[in-house]
Parts: sequence; C-alpha cells; structure tokens
Amino acid sequence: MPYGPHTPADRERMLSALGLDSVDDLFADIPVDLRASALDLPPPEPELELSARLREMASRNRTDLVSFLGAGVYRHWTPPAVDQLLLRGEWYTAYTPYQPEVSQGTLQSIYEYESLIAELVDMDVVSASHYDGAAATAEAALMTCRATRRDRVLVSRGVHPQYRQTLHTYMRNLELEEIPLVAEGEAAGTTDLDALARMLGEEDRPVAGVIAANPDFLGLLEPMSRIGELTHAAGALFVAVIEPVSLAVLTPPGAYGADIAAGEGQPLGIAPQYGGPYLGILASTDALVRQIPGRLVGMTTDLDGKRAFVMTLRAREQDIRRDKAASNICTNQALLALAASIYLATIGPHGLRDVAANGAARATELETGLAAIGVERVHPGPYLNEFAIRVADARTVHRRLIERGFLAGLVLADAEPDDPTLADGLLLATTELTTSGDIARFVAALQEVLSGRPPVGVETGAGAERAANPVGATR
Amino acid sequence: MSAPTDLRYTRDHEWVRVDGGEATVGITQYAADQLGDIVFVELPDEGRDLEEAKAFGVVESVKAVSDLFAPLTGTVTSTNDALAANPELVNSDPYGDGWMIKIRLSDTSEMDDLLDGPAYDDLVAAG
Amino acid sequence: MSVTGEKLQPTLFERSSPGRGGGKIPHPPKDALDRLPDDARRATPPALPEMNEPDVVRHYVNLSQLNHAVDTGFYPLGSCTMKFNPKLNEWAARLPGFADLHPMAPDEVAQGTLQLLWELETALAEISGMRAVTLQPAAGAQGELTGILMIRAYHRERGDTDRDEVLVPDSSHGTNPATASMAGFKTITIPSAADGGVDLDAFKAALGPRSAAVMITNPSTLGLFESRIGELLDAVHEAGALAYMDGANLNAILGRFRPGQAGFDVMHFNVHKTFSTPHGGGGPGAGPVGVGELLLPYLPTPRVLRLDDGTFRLERPDERPTSIGRLRSFVGNTGVLVRAYAYIRAHGGSGLREVSDDAVLAANYLKSRLAGTFDLPYDRPCKHEFVASGASLKAKTGVRTLDVAKRLIDHGFHPPTIYFPLIVEEGMLIEPTETESVETLDAFADALIEIAAEAERDPEMVTSAPHTAPVKRLDEATAARQPNLRWRPMAGAEMPCPD
Repeated sequence: MPYGPHTPADRERMLSALGLDSVDDLFADIPVDLRASALDLPPPEPELELSARLREMASRNRTDLVSFLGAGVYRHWTPPAVDQLLLRGEWYTAYTPYQPEVSQGTLQSIYEYESLIAELVDMDVVSASHYDGAAATAEAALMTCRATRRDRVLVSRGVHPQYRQTLHTYMRNLELEEIPLVAEGEAAGTTDLDALARMLGEEDRPVAGVIAANPDFLGLLEPMSRIGELTHAAGALFVAVIEPVSLAVLTPPGAYGADIAAGEGQPLGIAPQYGGPYLGILASTDALVRQIPGRLVGMTTDLDGKRAFVMTLRAREQDIRRDKAASNICTNQALLALAASIYLATIGPHGLRDVAANGAARATELETGLAAIGVERVHPGPYLNEFAIRVADARTVHRRLIERGFLAGLVLADAEPDDPTLADGLLLATTELTTSGDIARFVAALQEVLSGRPPVGVETGAGAERAANPVGATR
Repeated sequence: MSAPTDLRYTRDHEWVRVDGGEATVGITQYAADQLGDIVFVELPDEGRDLEEAKAFGVVESVKAVSDLFAPLTGTVTSTNDALAANPELVNSDPYGDGWMIKIRLSDTSEMDDLLDGPAYDDLVAAG
Repeated sequence: MSVTGEKLQPTLFERSSPGRGGGKIPHPPKDALDRLPDDARRATPPALPEMNEPDVVRHYVNLSQLNHAVDTGFYPLGSCTMKFNPKLNEWAARLPGFADLHPMAPDEVAQGTLQLLWELETALAEISGMRAVTLQPAAGAQGELTGILMIRAYHRERGDTDRDEVLVPDSSHGTNPATASMAGFKTITIPSAADGGVDLDAFKAALGPRSAAVMITNPSTLGLFESRIGELLDAVHEAGALAYMDGANLNAILGRFRPGQAGFDVMHFNVHKTFSTPHGGGGPGAGPVGVGELLLPYLPTPRVLRLDDGTFRLERPDERPTSIGRLRSFVGNTGVLVRAYAYIRAHGGSGLREVSDDAVLAANYLKSRLAGTFDLPYDRPCKHEFVASGASLKAKTGVRTLDVAKRLIDHGFHPPTIYFPLIVEEGMLIEPTETESVETLDAFADALIEIAAEAERDPEMVTSAPHTAPVKRLDEATAARQPNLRWRPMAGAEMPCPD
C-alpha cells in the first residue's frame, strides 16, 4: 500500500492489544453470503509508472489548439502565485472549518471571498459558494419560490443551455418555463420582453422569479434594468446570471435591481479542467439572507475580544434543519473560492478591468477580420467579448479548422438544436490571451476552409506537424 | 424553578396568557434554555389564521432550530417586533418582553387542552 | 456588528492602498470599450483591494498558518475520512493536458480525459458491485439527489405515483432527509435498535405501498456494520421500494463488501473521503453514483461511451430520453476525478483492501485504548470509526464533550466529530484512517486520557480551552444575531483606471 505507515510489527501490536489473530476477525460481522471476493482491478501501479502513464494520457488531449471557445468557461492568464499558494498543505488538506479556533485561515479567506464578490456584484450577501454556475442558478430559482411562496419560474433562453437543463432537473416538482429570444432585428438573440410581459401577466399563474443572463449565452448584452422592472411589477424576484470578469466593466446586478445574482466563478483564475471543479457564485440582497442556501462566514470576536471569523446562520443548514433545510448542500468550493480571491488580489481592480477590456479589444479585431472575408455576426446587438458567426456547414468547417490547429468556438447547432436561427452558427470568444497573430492566422485559415482549399505549409495555429498529424496522434 | 402559575402551557413548551378573547404566546424558560442563545425568531404576518397544534413559526439558536406550534386556533393580531433586533429577549425574559405573538381566539374551549403550571413542571421533570 | 478589537491578520481591504500593485495585465487600447452602450457600463470600478504581489503572498501564507490540516497533524474527524492526500495526484491534475482542456471541446480532442473517466467509472463499478457509474455529481449530497431522483423516475415510469416516502434511520447524516425533501419526498425517520443497528421490525412496519426508498449508510454513522442488511434489503424490495446506500463510510469495506452485489440499487461515493481527494477547506469534492440494472436507464446525461474502435465519446443530449437530465454543467468535477483515478490505480484491488483492513484495525485499536476512560456505548467491534461518549464524564465533572474537544486543540490535535450522530449523548465520532502511525494513535489516546483526568482535578482548564490556539472560543451568538457577512465600507475605487 503506497501511503500506509504500518509495518507487520505495528499490525501485530495492534492485533495483540485486541486479543485477535487476524484482521479478518474484525470483519466477521459481514454475513458470509455477502462477502466480496477479490476486486478485479488492474494491479497496483507504482508512482513512477503511474506518472508516466498519466502524462501520456494527458498528452492525448489537444490542448495545443489555438482556442476561440468560451460558452461559459473562459481561458485567462493566472498569475503563478495563485497555484503556488494553493499548493500549501494548510489550504488544500484542511477540512470544513467546524472548529473555528484552528481554522481561522480558511474562515478569513472565505469572508474575504464573500466581500470581494459582494463588491463585484454590488449586493449585500454572498454565500461561501456552490458547486458551479448551473447549481447556483438552480438554487437561486428555488430561493425565489421559497421567498414568494409561488411555484412558477421563468428563465430566458439566453441563459446557458446546460444551466437551463439543470434548472429543469431541480424544478421537477415546480413549474419552469422558458422565455423566447427575439428572432430578428436589433434585439435579435436577446430576451423577448413582450413575451416576458405576457408570461408575467397571467394572473392565475403568478411568477416567483425571472432569470436572465448578462452577457447572455450568445455573448449579447441584455436589457437587464427593463427585465427587472417588468419582474418586480408582477411581484416576482429577479435573478441575474453573471460572468465575474465582465463585472469589472459592465453594470453589476445590484445596480440594476436584481434580487439574486448567480454565476460561474471559473474565469477568476481557475483552469478549465474539462468541467470542474468550478465555483458557483450566489449572492442576494439582505432581505433574502435567511433564504440563501449554503455556508456563510461572518465576523465576530473571541473571549479575549480578538477579531475572528466563524460559520454563521448555521441553523439553515442540512445538519440542523435536516428535512426542513433549504438545500442538502454540505460543501462549498472553498479551495476554488480561495483561488478566485488570490487571483483578484493579485491582479487588482485595474487589472481585472484590463482583462475584460483586452478581451473586448480582441473581439473587435476578430469581428473586423472576419467581416473582411465576408463572414458576419449572426446578431447585430452589442456584445463584450463573445459573438456568433454564421458559416455554411459549420460542423464540417469546425472540424477542418481543428486539422489546421484551431478550436473555432462552439458549434451552436449542438448546444441549441431547436433554434433554427443558430443553425450553422459558431460561437467565438476572445480573451486577453488571444493575440492579434492568432486572429490573423485564424481568419486566414477560415478563409482557406471556406474556399475549399486544402491546408498549405507552415502558417497554422499549432505548428506544421500538427496539421500533418491530426487527431489521435501521440507525441 | 417552576413555571408561572398564571399561564397555561402546551406539551411543545409554548406558554399562553389569555385576556378575554385574546391570547399572548411565547416559549418557556425551559425551551429557551434547551435551545441556547436564540439568534432569530420567524413569526407569521398579522392577519394570518392559525390552527391549534400546527406550526406557525420557527425559533433558531446558534446550533439548533425548533418549530413553534400554535396552542390555540385563531388569527394573529400582532407580533413582537422587538425580537427582530433583540432575539435574546426570549432567553432573558421569555414570559415578558420575549413574547412572540398575540392571537384573537376563535374557540376558547380549546383552553381545556392546555396544561397548568404544576402539570407543565411535571412534564419537564419527566424529561 | 463591527469589531474594533485586536486582529490576527489584516484583511485584504486593510492591506490595500490606492494605486498599489497591478501591472500584471497589458494595457488595452484606450477605445477598447467605446462600442459598449453607456448604460451598459459600470459607473464606478469595483472597490477591490489594491496590493502588490509580495503583500498578497505574505497575506495568504500567514493566513494558511492559522489552519490545522492533514498535512500539519492528526485529524480524526469521524465520517470525514481525513486520510493523506497524495502529492502525485496534485501533480497529475495539474498536467496541462488535463488542466487546460475545455469541457465543450469536441470529443476527438479530449480522448485522454475521456479514457480516464471511462476507466474510473469501470473501477468504481467493480469496487461497488454496481452495473454502471455516473461521474457527474459535484459532491456527495448532489450524488444523493441524483440517486433519489433516479428512484423517483423509476417509480413514475411504472405508474407508481403514490410512493412519496423515504425511510432513513435516526442516525443518518442530515443530507439524507434534506435530499429527500429536495426531491419532493417526505422523510420517515426510524429509530435505531439498542445495539446501534437498524431496527428491522420498525423498518418492516414502516415499509409499505407509499415507500419509494430507504437510505442506509453501511457501515452506519456509528461505525457499525449492519449484519441484518440482507434481511433489510429483502424487506425493502418486497415492499416495492428501492435501496439507496450512502457510501460515506466506504473506507471500511473496500474489498470486503460490495453494496451492488449485496442488493443495493444505487449508492454514492465520496471521492474526497474514500479516494483521498483533498478537502480543500470545505470543497471541492465529487460524488459519483453507481446503479444496478433497474436504474440504468435514468442515469444523468451525458454518459461516457466507449466505441468499438477503442475511442471514446460523450453521449449526445437526446440520445437517452429516459435520463433524469443534468444535475450541473458539463461532465463532472474532472480535476477531482483525475486525483481519485490516480489513487485507485496506485492501490489496485489488493491495495484498496489493505486500506480498509488498516483503517478498521486502527479504529479498533484506538477504541480499546479509550475503554475505561470514556463510555463506549456499543460493545462490539467497530469498523473504520467508533463513537465514544462523554456522558459519564459530564455527570461526574460537569465537563462536556465540547470542552474535551477544545482541550484537544491544546494538545496539537484536531478534535473528532462531536454531537453526531444525534442519537448518542455527548458523542465523539473518531475515525483515525489508515495513514496514521501507531505512535500518533497512542499520542491521541494519551491526550484524551489526560484530559479526562484533568476534568476531575482542574475542570476550569478544560471548560475554558483552547488556550494555545490562535483564537479562543468565539461569540457565535452575536455572529448570528448581528451578521457581518462582508467587509464594509466599500465605495467604488476612487482612482480611475490608469490608461
């Protein structure tokens, strides 16, 4: 066993203290007919071999492609300080701070995280985090039902499709309806306000909450103040789905009247990792503090009057409320909240603004470059750093571009198969990591693909050898 | 310490003071002691109708939570606003300033279902 | 409330100074944001702290040193399995091939990770005796919800819509009834038998046409194996209900008992307990779920599929309409799962069985050392953890389990789990795990014995503990009455962004 400390002498000593001959005696209470035989697993792999094999497996992922893929998860540059601090055993091998006297590091860092996010979203209360943006949004929906004692929630189709799918699962016993997007014109791709007003106006079916995202899944800016007004006029609560880096430059939810904010904290210094672990942000106004699920850390004093931090309002949680708890959540993404905090502290507010602004500048360059080869955006409205383009046979184009070393964003037909306006759409995102060179080469490669020419020569995104050896080749 | 003899009690440790057709309700010292430092009391809105033995609110301490059960059927006429800022009144003065709600009774015969002081003391002693 | 007393460490906001730090990100063009409508733009920049990197580093290093952690000392928290977190696993998860992979990248570029996930599913299925595994749930509690929702779907598809009750023993973890409520079920709590096991007769009496499921932890939260589990599972199935196993205590039975093989229909794994992924101060974890044949159609989507040519792909969204759908975005907490995979492959089947052997042996040894000092309510061999009680100590000296726990801090140990399960008076749930040496176990036992003695001769020292921790006991009442949940005052950053 690779990490166990016990020598045969140690085991012998423990067994004789118990007056036993064999450890099997301690398993005698398992009924004979229910005992397992030997587990059929590959033999134990010593670390030297295991590490080589893991390295080989990792190399078979094409992370070398020049990526324009966003869709809810964004590549940003993370200062190395973040990971080096996270690797301190006192951070990552600690447990939930149930004994606050020996957990002041974790507790203060969570309080700071709550404060940093509260400032970003401009709201009073921030939970110690949820699993991811989708789970946070689902919890927000349930909050609106509890707080208003109604059971109908409206969610814009501008919210990430996977978040909507998650909402459908959590809202199984309640009513969830999707608000359509405007199909054409200046507001195409954003929430249809007329439809929303109609849905809110059904007096015999009162609405608990309305959920919309800014920017939305298609990268477009939404009329959040207007959505908030309509929502409140109907006595419902307004949930804003947000992206944290964008809040350095966009109006925060607290300023446009949201009651609850939910979103994905991954862009704050957390690597994509093929899906997680991520950071579910959940914030609310003070009025809703007792409805907010998950852990909360607050400030207090100890017996000597020293400032200290402690998990508080605990009676809301599952271990005390049990079947009456608002949620069964028994975790918070503490280590990821820490990563996000260190990221924010290291790059600072002006740095965060620069991250957002650089992404926007690159997006403008990309839009211009694409327009020059005749590829236009699907929607005319304002965007920050992500937008959809339309190309004939988008799926094939996407594959051809992989062969040329580029990840051309997301094939929208896969994510939104029911929306005919998005057939042949590709969703492209840029960040501060996207270079002008990347954009120029991408546009050139796209032009080649669209004109039907085969890949030529050296100027590809990930190097000539990759272009010659597509998918499946190992180093 | 015995429970005040001018009040009546439920088996769930609420107390009732009746004055004409109106009752004042709170929780007993024993209940407050069991819960520990009270941090929050969730009370119904005025005008809400309550039913005997059904839950009408929640009292929360640092480490525990407990439902509040209506001792009698009636309509809530007022709630103790002081508890929002000072929930510790329930610990320090449960029968006085720590009162929770007032109800206009609809059926005073339900008083027969309640315990008197000595009967409540016996209940507590039985543990 | 606001606090003006002494502080251990300044907060980021107290270390901040306008104009300090920054310079990490290249300046964007001045007109980068001009195309955004004015009413969409933030009026004042967020008042985040402005610090230089050395101060940030010092802040987080100093804060970290206020924590107890597995890497600093013994952490015998019952029901948490605080075993060593292998450093190889941290390295593996950080390999750029794994870390930089976008979750919506096409299957063809994610073959390394898809293979790892598929192999992990297979391994967990083998370990648990289940037919198939989903790696999607982000935590044990989300795994529970997944399992209960699948059970719900199963009954609905059979037209069995009257089944609205979930049965749990009174020793269950709070997540079990909370999960049942989230899924729309009513929880029926069954008192445990005197020997700490399920009261089989009480369960049988409560099982009926309204029962959808029972949720059992085995070994129980008292660290005791349910010898009557076969009978209980038969009774559950006869009543038309399904059996869910809370796998939090799997560390006790690896290679000895396979829940799926024994008759459980579904279970969740806590990889941050059994499979060594680090707790991170409260998360992240992951809660994969294993199912038997009956619940196979309802697994969350997408599943990881292996094709005949040996490549892998994700299930497409509408490929399996019976699925309960998604519980979260993307495929799962892959970064955590890489660590669990490495742990399982490092151990193999024989290594995992040794893990349980050593965990169980250590717990029984530690229990024997405490006999005579603390009450041991259940007089039979435990599994990987055991519950002791300070009831007699309290009666004799007035010193409570809470006080004993706080005094352990002064001895350099993290306290065990206290006051859980709820059914033991003044309970302490102690789980040493298999990665602690005999010397550590003895030192811990010695400390507890000394504290018990101290409780008699100088109880004040115990009831006012801890004395040597960074802070003393905290005022939790005021923290809850006057919550201060974020730093104030926050005004927008006064300095415009230097362009």
